[in-house]
Amino acid sequence: MAYDYSKYLRAGKIPHIWCPGCGYGIIMKSMIRAIDGLGWDKNEVVMTSGIGCASRLPGYIDANTLHTTHGRSLAFATGVKVANPKLKVIAMGGDGDMTAIGGNHFIHACRRNIDITCFVFNNYIYGMTGGQYSPTTPKGSRATTAPYGNSDNQFDIAQLAMGAGATFVARTTTYHAVPMEKLMKQALEHKGFSVVEIIAGCPTGYGRKNKLASPAGMIEWQKDHSVAIAQWEKMSDEEKAGKFPIGVLHEVNKPEYVEAYDANVGLS
Amino acid sequence: MAKKVKFLQGNEAVCEGALYAGCTFYAGYPITPSTEVAEVLAARLPKIGGRFIQMEDELAAMAATLGGSIAGKKSLTATSGPGMSLKMENLGYGYLTEVPCVIVNVMRGGPSTGLPTGPGQSDVMQARWGTHGDHPCIALTPSTVQEQLNETVRAFNLAEKYRMPVILLTDEIIGHMREAVEIPEPGDLPVIDRKRPTCDPKDYLPYKPEADGVAPMADFGSGYRYHITGLNHLPDGFPSNDGKLAQADEIRQQKKVDDNYDEIVVVDEMMCDDAEILIFAFGSTARSAKEAVQMARAEGIKVGLLRPLTIWPFPDKHLAKYAGKVKRVIVPEMNLGQTALEVERVMKGQPAVEGIFQIDSEPINPVTILNKIKGGK
Amino acid sequence: MARHLIRLSGSGGQGMITAGIILAAGASVLEGKKAIQSQSYGPEARGGASKAEVIISDEEIYYPKVMAPDVLVALTQEAADKYSKDLKQGGILILDDLMVKTAPKGDWKVYMMPIIRTAAEKVGKAMVANVVTLGALNEICGFVKPETLEQAVLSRVPKGTEELNKNAISAGIELAKAAKAK
Repeated sequence: MAYDYSKYLRAGKIPHIWCPGCGYGIIMKSMIRAIDGLGWDKNEVVMTSGIGCASRLPGYIDANTLHTTHGRSLAFATGVKVANPKLKVIAMGGDGDMTAIGGNHFIHACRRNIDITCFVFNNYIYGMTGGQYSPTTPKGSRATTAPYGNSDNQFDIAQLAMGAGATFVARTTTYHAVPMEKLMKQALEHKGFSVVEIIAGCPTGYGRKNKLASPAGMIEWQKDHSVAIAQWEKMSDEEKAGKFPIGVLHEVNKPEYVEAYDANVGLS
Repeated sequence: MAKKVKFLQGNEAVCEGALYAGCTFYAGYPITPSTEVAEVLAARLPKIGGRFIQMEDELAAMAATLGGSIAGKKSLTATSGPGMSLKMENLGYGYLTEVPCVIVNVMRGGPSTGLPTGPGQSDVMQARWGTHGDHPCIALTPSTVQEQLNETVRAFNLAEKYRMPVILLTDEIIGHMREAVEIPEPGDLPVIDRKRPTCDPKDYLPYKPEADGVAPMADFGSGYRYHITGLNHLPDGFPSNDGKLAQADEIRQQKKVDDNYDEIVVVDEMMCDDAEILIFAFGSTARSAKEAVQMARAEGIKVGLLRPLTIWPFPDKHLAKYAGKVKRVIVPEMNLGQTALEVERVMKGQPAVEGIFQIDSEPINPVTILNKIKGGK
Repeated sequence: MARHLIRLSGSGGQGMITAGIILAAGASVLEGKKAIQSQSYGPEARGGASKAEVIISDEEIYYPKVMAPDVLVALTQEAADKYSKDLKQGGILILDDLMVKTAPKGDWKVYMMPIIRTAAEKVGKAMVANVVTLGALNEICGFVKPETLEQAVLSRVPKGTEELNKNAISAGIELAKAAKAK
C-alpha cells in the first residue's frame, strides 16, 4: 500500500513552489517517512529554514515551522533549542543558504555539537534567484553570474561539517530516496549535531545551462557519480576522480551542547 | 520594610530589570560598551533556570534571541552600534513576524567602529529606520541607573503586550556609571506576559488580531503547530503575495503602537509650566540639561526640560503643547541633529529649533547648555 | 549643601576604580547620600593612566562627570600630571611618594605620603594600596563615617581578606594623621 503523506502535509499548501523535475519533493517525502518512522510527536518537531527553494519546505509540513532570514536557519534553531531542549529541531537550507551567507552559523553549530539535525540540499546553484553560482557550483560550470564558466573553488559540505566538529555527517542523493530515509533517521536519532548533505538536481537553474536539461538525466548523473562509502574506501585516487562518496561518512559521540552547558552551570 | 538598595552599574541594572521582568534567555555577542550585560546574565541566568549563549556573531545573536522567544522564553540581547547594524536584518524579521524581545543598544560613537569606549547618541534614527521596510518602533531612553532597571522591565512589558521587539536605547555614560538603585520587590512593578492562545489548536490563527490589534502567540512545542515566515503573510501565518493585504497588515502593526501612545510614551517634564525656553533632551544628555536648567533657574531664567523616556514613538503630543508657547527650543544631543529633526517637525517653526550637537566622545557639558540658554539666538 | 567632586587616579590595575565604587557605595547605600561613580573607560584602563570619579552630594546629582574636582588622588606621576590640570583652586592633592617624584604645581593643599610602600611593607600586600588610599582620603576629607568606610570595604573584598583590609584602612588613617600633623 502506498505510504500516506497527508498526515504530515498541511492541507491546502500543496502544490509546492518547486519546478517540475526538482529533486526537493523526493527529499521532502524521505524526510516525512524518516520522521514518521521514528514516531515523533508533531507537536515537538520544529523545522527551521532560511531563504531559497529548499527553505520553503517547512511551510508544507504540519509541525512548528520557522521560515527565517537568508542563511540564519541554524541561528534561529539554536535559540529555539537552547530555550527549550525538549523540542526536536531540524534545520534546513540549500548550498548557498547554509554555506555562503549562513556559513558562519553552519560551522559554529557544528562546533557546538548542539542536538540539531541539519539537512543541506545541495543542487550546486542559487535556484530561487535564477541560477547564480554558489559555493558548491563545480569549477567550469555555467551560471548566470558565471557566463564564462565558474572560476571559484568548491566547498565539500560534508568535509566542511566534519572539519568544524559535527558528530554525524552523511551524504546521499535524490536518486537514493530509500537509503536517504534511513540516513535521515540515523541523523535525527543522533545525539549532537548531525548533517546530511543531499545532492539534488536543479534542472531549471543548473541543468539548462550545463547541458543536463533532463531531470531524469540529472538523477542518472547522481547514480553514476556516487559511490557507497565502503567501496569508496577501497578505491584508488584515479578511480575516485569525478566521483563522491555517499552514506554515513563520520559518526562519533561527544557531549551534546545543551547537556554539557546544563551540567557545567549546575542546571541539570 | 526598607527597600533593598544596591550600588549598581547601569549595565548591571539592565540585568536586574530583565530578571525582574522574567527574562530566562539571553543570546549575545561581546561588544563594548554593552558587554557587562552579557557577563552578568551569563552568571545569573543559570541560577534561575535560564540559559545564556554567546553566539558566533551579532546576526546569530539576534536570530537566537527571536528563536528563544518563539520557544516561549522572554529573551534579551545587548549590543552597541556596530552590532546593532548587523542585528537589523533579523530585527526586521522580528517586527514582521511580531516576536516579542528586548534589544539593548548601549550607544557609542560612530559610524563604523568609531569611538568604541566613548558615549554617543547617534543611533536614534537607526533605531527607528535601521531595518528595511516600514514597521512600528518602540525605543526607550533611560537617564539614570534606576531607570535602566525600571525601563528594562517596561521594555519587556511593552514587547510582550504589543508582541514586538522593543529597543532600550541607552548610552555608554548611563551604561557604565554607578548609582544606588532600589531593587523592586515582586509586585512593586507590573510584569506583563504575552497573550497565549486558549482556542482549539486547529482553530489557531497566529496573526489574527484581537480587538487590541494583537494576536495571541503560541510557544513552539505547546501543541499549536503553526508557521512563521518573514514573507508577508495571512492571518494563518502562511505567505501571501497580495500587496493590498500586506499593506493592511503593516498598517495594523503600526496602529498597535500609534493607538497606544498614551500608554507607551512616557515623558518627564521639569519646570516646563512657565518656561520661555524649552530644552528637549534624552538619555545621559538629559542629565546635563537638568543641571543646566537648575543653573539657569538660579539666575532667574525661565527654562524647562522635556525629557522623553520613550523616544519612539516620538513624543509628538507632549511636545506639541509647547509649540507657539515657548520662545525658544534647544535640543542638545550627542549626534549631529537627529532628534532635532523630529522636534522641528512637531514644532513647525514655532519656534525654530536650536541645536547643540556634539560627537567628540565627551558628554555635553551643562555649562555649554547654560551658555546656549543665556546666549540668545 | 555639600557636594564633593573626587577623582582617584593611578595606573590600570592599582584598584582606583574599585576604590571609587567602595566610596560611592558607602556614601549612598550605607549613608543615604546621593553618589555617582564613573570611570575613564578605554584602552588606557589596561595599563597607562586610569581614573575613577566620584560625586557625593546631599542633593540629586544630574551631570555625572566631575568637571573640576575638589580632591585628586594620584598614585603615579603620569596620573598626577594628566589629571591635576582642572583640580579646583584650594583643592586637595594626595600623592604617592614612591611613584610621584614631582608634585604638580598649583594652589592646592598637597599631601605626599607613602601609600604604596605602606601597603607593601607595613600591611603586607601592595594590592591593598587602594584601600590604604581610601583610609587616608577619608581621614583627610571625612566623606563618610569611619565605620561606613570599613563596612563598605568589607562588603566588596574577597572572603578571608577582612583583617588585611581592616589593617589597610587603619594604615591609611595613620598616614593621613601623620601627614596632617606636618
